[in-house]
Amino acid sequence: MGILTTRRGFLAGGTGLVLALTLPVGRGRAQMTVTGPFAPNAFVRIGTDDLVTVTIKHIEMGQGPYTGLATLVAEELDADWAQMRAEAAPADDTLYANLAFGAQGTGGSTAIANSFMQMRKAGAAARAMLVAAAAQEWDVPASEITVKAGVIAHSGSGRSSGFGALANAAATQPVPEDPPVKAQADFALIGTDRPKLDTVSKSNGTAQFTMDVYRDGMLTVLVAHPPKFGATLAGVDDSAALAVKGVRMVRPIPSGVAVYATNTYAALKGRDALVLDWDDSAAETRGTEDMFAAFAEAAAQGGQTVEEEGDLAPLDAAATVLSAEYRFPYLAHAPMEPLDAVIETRGGKAEMWFGSQFPSFDRLAVAEALGIAPPDVSINVLLAGGSFGRRAQGSAHLAVEAAEVAKAAGRDGTFKLVWTREDDLRGGYYRPMTVHRLRAGLDADGKIVGWENVVANQSILAGTPMEGMLQGGPDNTSFEGSTGLPYRFAARRIGWAAMESPVSVLWWRSVGHTHTAYAVETFLDEVLEAAGQDPVQGRLDLLAAESTRERAVIEEAARMAGWQGRRRDGKGYGIAYAKSFGSYVAQVAEVEDRSGIPHVTRVWCAIDCGIAVNPNVIRAQMEGGIGYGLGTALHSRITLAPGGGIEQSNFHDYRMLRINEMPAVEVSIIASDQDPTGVGEPGVPPIAPAMANAWRALTGQKQYQLPFLGGAMA
Amino acid sequence: MTSFRVNGRDHDLDLDPDMPLLWVLRDELRLTGTKFGCGIAQCGACTVMVDGMPRRSCVTPIGQIEGSEVTTIEGMDGSEVKAVQAAWTAIDVPQCGWCQSGQILSATALLQQVPSPSDDDIDNAMAGNICRCATYVRIRQAIHDAARTLEG
Repeated sequence: MGILTTRRGFLAGGTGLVLALTLPVGRGRAQMTVTGPFAPNAFVRIGTDDLVTVTIKHIEMGQGPYTGLATLVAEELDADWAQMRAEAAPADDTLYANLAFGAQGTGGSTAIANSFMQMRKAGAAARAMLVAAAAQEWDVPASEITVKAGVIAHSGSGRSSGFGALANAAATQPVPEDPPVKAQADFALIGTDRPKLDTVSKSNGTAQFTMDVYRDGMLTVLVAHPPKFGATLAGVDDSAALAVKGVRMVRPIPSGVAVYATNTYAALKGRDALVLDWDDSAAETRGTEDMFAAFAEAAAQGGQTVEEEGDLAPLDAAATVLSAEYRFPYLAHAPMEPLDAVIETRGGKAEMWFGSQFPSFDRLAVAEALGIAPPDVSINVLLAGGSFGRRAQGSAHLAVEAAEVAKAAGRDGTFKLVWTREDDLRGGYYRPMTVHRLRAGLDADGKIVGWENVVANQSILAGTPMEGMLQGGPDNTSFEGSTGLPYRFAARRIGWAAMESPVSVLWWRSVGHTHTAYAVETFLDEVLEAAGQDPVQGRLDLLAAESTRERAVIEEAARMAGWQGRRRDGKGYGIAYAKSFGSYVAQVAEVEDRSGIPHVTRVWCAIDCGIAVNPNVIRAQMEGGIGYGLGTALHSRITLAPGGGIEQSNFHDYRMLRINEMPAVEVSIIASDQDPTGVGEPGVPPIAPAMANAWRALTGQKQYQLPFLGGAMA
Repeated sequence: MTSFRVNGRDHDLDLDPDMPLLWVLRDELRLTGTKFGCGIAQCGACTVMVDGMPRRSCVTPIGQIEGSEVTTIEGMDGSEVKAVQAAWTAIDVPQCGWCQSGQILSATALLQQVPSPSDDDIDNAMAGNICRCATYVRIRQAIHDAARTLEG
């Protein structure tokens, strides 16, 4: 990426100003503990051409960090938006750690939250150095110099300059240790809509993704994976594959059998021609129904207690006891760009180009697979055609597969590993299939005297390189959102039963909240109705006085929707609330009955994500999160046939939401002076329960198993 | 030998006639704006124009388009596509961006056929293009905006 940095802070010479900073770890970065030392960071480069390039430490996969982080720098730099550019940071844990993780990586909707002060300080320092340079050149006091929209000016002398003309002089100025940043009231860019920096290239076909990388002599590689999870290769006949024109070699690797070819079509044909024999002795051979039965049985046993408050005994003796069992399927993330990676080996070193979401893990794992030192692995982080969690791999399985492909070739070379849609949908790393068992008791006055929620599913972290994060405790990502509710029940117990299967699981956009919000918010809706309460007022009445942010989003969503209760004019209305990744979101869905199929016509969404850096991106993430969650609730499921093996293969039987199913969406962002929190994921959790609540209001039908529809083409 | 024009240039290609146009465009001609999403004409990411009509290049063997004129996102020109791209950038339609070439080609084809499409027209014309980021709200609005631009 060509950015040279030194601890001293910048490079002198003709390159303009390159700024690196050592900054203290600020307060409130995120909910996670900062584990690593906070090292020098290099983020801002100002060219003599006036362009300001911000090095973005987070992968751009549509959620907007190129624009968001550049906005933070531009704000404190007082730059003009038109001069801002963004480029991806290379893999470098020292410079580009996520302050929420202590390592380089993107996830948990933390990109803005962890960068908020870091990027502003980077911009403020650059501004201070430009001002100091101007003061020196013009021989005027720095305090009399103003900067606005990319123009440095001194009114007394009438001097003014762009950034570029002062960039080299600025590079010789000392780096301020702790430059002051603006008060919120002085923000000029933060809080206003910025056009996204990557929109033009994504509208004319020039944006470069991993699959668009072509290098001299490169071979395209497809891998045949085991058809059942946990199966191993027992034998391969590659004679027909090798006879395909363009196929160069076939090699067994730990994850399957790799077919190397001069183009994608040859690789596809070659892989189809393989004759493979698999050993299923360690494979998952249960079908989905058997697994659900086992999970339900475990949930009925109560699991281990992960949250408890008050005496639950009155629940059993309550005047009214409601109970329900919910079933959630495995889900594939299905980013539009399937997994892919390019690796080039050269004399004991490796260079990679791909949408690496956890460059830290990927680099270490590739070095280990190739038997070389981590500094000998370089990673160029490219735009990713979606991820939704899929590219955030603690196991680094994709990068490792690329490394194994390179290693098995037995020579230096360039290899593009491509997964097809079928590979993607059948390749595991799913949202865990989950059973929820809920019980609630109401006394004669309709008061909720007890609430019990037991969750049964596989841990995402157990058995992975990230298991250490659990520190021996239960995996919070399995049940988050069932715990920590703002609703004041007289007593509550949350349990978790850890299930096991060779089917690999991973976080999926909004992680545990993908199922907990549905179970909690639909069951609560039923309980409130049994208690004779309105869904909106009933939720508000359960909030403590100090739950002001929860209250505000629920009230705002209801206000936007003109809430008048569960039904009106032949349509159903449902509300749901969920807090995830630090952000508070409530959504109201309006649903019609179209021949027995729920059709969501409108959604009103209120979000409190702290200071809104770019309302345009926040609205986009809410719109997209609603579509993502809605399509899943209506259509999506990954199932295992009896005997094992995934039943779905492509978009015809693993359905996505299509435009004719997309509701109109109205978003309201609550004004706030709190530090920013996440927006990439929090739009997802409330929509499915909001729709289900509206559907039940309209039809009386309860939906305890997702998806609503069969999953195949309707 | 298969011969066809791509973005105004003639190509004579000595390739398997069963090879899908998608992989010829990408691997042979390095026109990478056309994307692979499913390989079975379910998602629309690979949409190109063949003789002026939108077509899924992932299921179009090049043997079927002998003598045809293929236009990809890189070669698109005319008032409709310009209006569509301007509308796309004005309201920031793309998120991850992967499906957007296909969306833009489908939207352009719609406006060439139906200058002032209704929401239903848009839903019908665009339902074959999946956007996993669900940018559909903005796709709808951008098509309406582009239509208004074209009406002048």
